[in-house]
Amino acid sequence: MSNTLSYFRQERLPHIWCPGCGHGTVTGALVRAIERLGLDKNKICVVSGIGCSSRAVGYLDFDTLHTAHGRALAFATGIKLARPELKVIVMTGDGDCTAIGGNHFIHAARRNIGITTIVMNNEIYGMTSGQYSPMTPKGMLGTTAPYGNAERSFDLCELAKSSGATFVGRATSYHVPLLIDLIEKALSNNGFSVVEALTQCPTYLGRKNKIGGAVEMLEWIKNQTINAKAAAALPPEKREGKLLIGELHNAPAPEFAGEYGELIHTVQRNFANMKGGLWECASNSD
Amino acid sequence: MSEQKKVYFHVVREKWCKGCNICVAFCPKKVLELVNGKVAVVRPDDCIGCRMCELRCPDFAIEVHEKGGEPSGPDAANHDYDLPPEASNA
Repeated sequence: MSNTLSYFRQERLPHIWCPGCGHGTVTGALVRAIERLGLDKNKICVVSGIGCSSRAVGYLDFDTLHTAHGRALAFATGIKLARPELKVIVMTGDGDCTAIGGNHFIHAARRNIGITTIVMNNEIYGMTSGQYSPMTPKGMLGTTAPYGNAERSFDLCELAKSSGATFVGRATSYHVPLLIDLIEKALSNNGFSVVEALTQCPTYLGRKNKIGGAVEMLEWIKNQTINAKAAAALPPEKREGKLLIGELHNAPAPEFAGEYGELIHTVQRNFANMKGGLWECASNSD
Repeated sequence: MSEQKKVYFHVVREKWCKGCNICVAFCPKKVLELVNGKVAVVRPDDCIGCRMCELRCPDFAIEVHEKGGEPSGPDAANHDYDLPPEASNA
């Protein structure tokens, strides 16, 4: 980990997150995956929006961007198109990604642009004191749902898959080795990759729903998940109501920034060869 | 002859530890305990080096190393970043 620490802005640590918050675990997992892949620090750009999870970029020693609420993917799309050689990573939360930035998310997935999105899903808006988010499970309590949340929640992985993401995985802050593996695979995938990391929010979700502290919340998360490979062998009644974790979708497809670059080259070549085209106009004009 | 048992030691950054109890609760060998709200290594000889405490710690406050591979130099948590760099040279 001493080596891992070199990827942090150590003078900013300890971080601002509550005791027992899972976001630190996910940030650590990202750094370990990057370390394992041996990526160049200067070739990585980490972008985040607004929320507890988005504070992560402040502690990472890469080129980082802390942007407007929900717009992390929009900024990241710009970065990737301008500098396709960079590894662009988006760290976002469940509210930032599925509510405020929901459209950016599905369209980034549709384009299959080479961005790795890590969604830290704590199932609540933690920074603003526990309002329910589109990922809060039905029936759970929040500041704005004092009698229980009446809405159904998103299945983020299914959403990403059907929108066209080429790598989709889900892990939790309890299953850290799996999380590191998934982030490693997502970073290696040339295309839009989504890793959903279920994290615990002991301060709001845990307290409101009387689940308990960080340890009890991790047990709670562990008990509601099941590995996708193990689930395939189980009868349907045993995996009912359980969230699948592991690699859920992997279907490589042409990446958008690369395709767009080729398009630009083709068009430029066509214009350059055209008689009386832009190129000749430019060279003939005084 | 059986293989020699590996021995591990732990680096604990008390300044960064927030006492959330995650590492203590999920340690399979009960090596760790909370002492005065901070993690302490009470049974280091029982450690099997699974590193789950290190991976799960949200505050990067604990590390497991194999004996012989001690990290060199001062630890990150003990660095006083309030001091300007010229002050440490004096």
